[in-house]
Amino acid sequence: ISMYHKEKSIQIKNSASALYNNLGVLRIAPRRLTYFAVVHANVVNMISASWDGLNYSHRQLQSKEPNVATSTSLIMQAAFCVLPSRDLLVVTSQKGIQMYESDGSIMVYWHALDTPETPTAQAVFARGISAVPDNYICVGVSSGAILVFDVPSKGSNITLYEVLEEHKESITDVASECSGSQECIANLVSADDGGNLCVWKSGEEFQLLNKIPGFDMTCSSVKLWKGTAVAGYGTGQIRLYEAVTGILHAEINAHARWIYSLDIAPFSGLLLSAAEDSFVRVWHLAMTPETNSMEVAHLHNECVTDTQICGAKFCDGDGYAFVVTGYDLSEIIRFVQS
Amino acid sequence: MSVRALPLVFINMGGEMLYVLDQRLRALNTSEEQSERVISDIIGTLFSKSFMDELLKPQPLYSHRTMKSVLTRLAHTSIMRLNLASMDRLYELMLMAFKHQVLLCPRPRDLLLVSYNHMDSMRYMVRDTPVLLNQVDETHRKLAEVYSDLSEGDFQLLRQTLLMFFQDSHIRVSLLLKAQIQKSSGRFLLTASGPVPVGTRVPGLIRMFDPKGREVSRSEYPSGGSYSGAVREGSLELNGDRVLKLGLNMYTMEHPEDTHTSNTPGHQSDNSPNPLAKEELNLLAHLMGSMMLEHVPKGDPGFCISFFSPEPEEEEGAPGGTQEFRVINIQAVQVGRGSIKQTTEAA
Repeated sequence: ISMYHKEKSIQIKNSASALYNNLGVLRIAPRRLTYFAVVHANVVNMISASWDGLNYSHRQLQSKEPNVATSTSLIMQAAFCVLPSRDLLVVTSQKGIQMYESDGSIMVYWHALDTPETPTAQAVFARGISAVPDNYICVGVSSGAILVFDVPSKGSNITLYEVLEEHKESITDVASECSGSQECIANLVSADDGGNLCVWKSGEEFQLLNKIPGFDMTCSSVKLWKGTAVAGYGTGQIRLYEAVTGILHAEINAHARWIYSLDIAPFSGLLLSAAEDSFVRVWHLAMTPETNSMEVAHLHNECVTDTQICGAKFCDGDGYAFVVTGYDLSEIIRFVQS
Repeated sequence: MSVRALPLVFINMGGEMLYVLDQRLRALNTSEEQSERVISDIIGTLFSKSFMDELLKPQPLYSHRTMKSVLTRLAHTSIMRLNLASMDRLYELMLMAFKHQVLLCPRPRDLLLVSYNHMDSMRYMVRDTPVLLNQVDETHRKLAEVYSDLSEGDFQLLRQTLLMFFQDSHIRVSLLLKAQIQKSSGRFLLTASGPVPVGTRVPGLIRMFDPKGREVSRSEYPSGGSYSGAVREGSLELNGDRVLKLGLNMYTMEHPEDTHTSNTPGHQSDNSPNPLAKEELNLLAHLMGSMMLEHVPKGDPGFCISFFSPEPEEEEGAPGGTQEFRVINIQAVQVGRGSIKQTTEAA
């Protein structure tokens, strides 16, 4: 018996671009709604879907920067950030970082990147987005820097709070501890194009706790759960490290092509991995108290035929349902536990 | 996005252009002398120092409209002339072939091998012209210089940039459909089998380690695919064995209809009505300016070719003339200064 089955797809106005972690999901429980965000070139396609599957509303956000009269820039990522008092949609592009109310209605903040007049050999962009306790949003930059923004509980008085400069290569992804556990010292992990991971503790001053060296292969997606950094690479491998010590617990030969997205359902410990090889896989992570190590087991495969998958996310904390999209695909495919 | 994608677009789409031209010129029984001249004029322009230097400056990719303009200009640096419809078809063939190669290339880094496959083929086309051989070799050297420093992540960004350029193009190409690498929807087949890319392990294994880094257990799981280990890595040397087949000439003389294309219903190939942005116009000016039209001396006889019959299904068995004759568009074409020549020799 299959663990998940395919449900009716959600149509998108434009096809998804081939970008890491190109699917944002935000569950609005009180209103029984889920928001989705998918990047298409210079547009973010937003869909608001009611849980009964009867109502879908669409919105498109253009990456038109204020005060930039010339051409629009390409978007690298769109992600929802859940802070204790508010939710925001963060959009990163070649020109800068935009923060919107989570429904995409109002842009509340804009941060411009330093872009040279004439293109240099190094591309400029922002990529890698995460909310971090208590009231921060971290965004990675192609220079390797991580920008920390201080976000007030309401209003648009968002400020650039700190710049973390430990990475030497372009940031690919940042993630905060998702288990909600207060016991974990580390609560932020960042990854770069060389596969290097930095482990941080947020606070009045962000503290670098550990650096886990890469092996010259991009870490395209990273998650942090119960003190374990889960990293997906261009080799198709997933590695599980104890974040603060850098001890390698497990290595999975997970995919035949470049991994594009990882996600964790924090309540159940389910791990979702998706890659250009058209496969989405579900794994189960569990902490073994005796050895204090993370065990991993394979649970489920889904193949989205002839699709290089670029985004995959659980829709809820238990991993009861997940959604997937891929390059050139104008739909979000839903899978629900049987 | 990547500022290094432009040279690869021109080398690979230029390479595909030459594959198609080579096949069509032969199928149309164009004289050997003229065919050779067309091919070598285009290769000479594509690999000219000024054009390559312009391409190799860091810059973003531009719209299909701009790319088509420059590639049309490239085709017209020879004595051959293509009408608009033919150029549209030629562009579609180039675009879809390169999309397939970018989508399927095992590692982003293998885009270099794809490019070298095109360059090797072009080098072979001009094997008897030392000047042109030198130009191709010099470009090989420059590419090695520019691209050897790029990390795996840089190549993936470059690939993602190219994929954005090809996004929503679902034109069906006879050759690709027949080879069963394209589906009738215009999408390409991705198989869950065959060798994994160099540096990738066959999926299906989980390994656990103790704190000292010793492997304590391993377990297997069903991957859902039938993969095998990686094959050896292709060589990036001037005359190396590329191993990878993507980017080699797929057109054969036996199937002239391979160059047929058709749009999939509900899909537009290019719907960018936007006027060209300022930077695009600058690119156009630079690229066009760097292409010297030295190959067409004044009063040189030119010839016009319509590569694609408007109704290809009627080609076979049509009375009154050979197939070759029917698809040639014999037109008086003005080339150079006021000299009207007609030089097509059909059948």
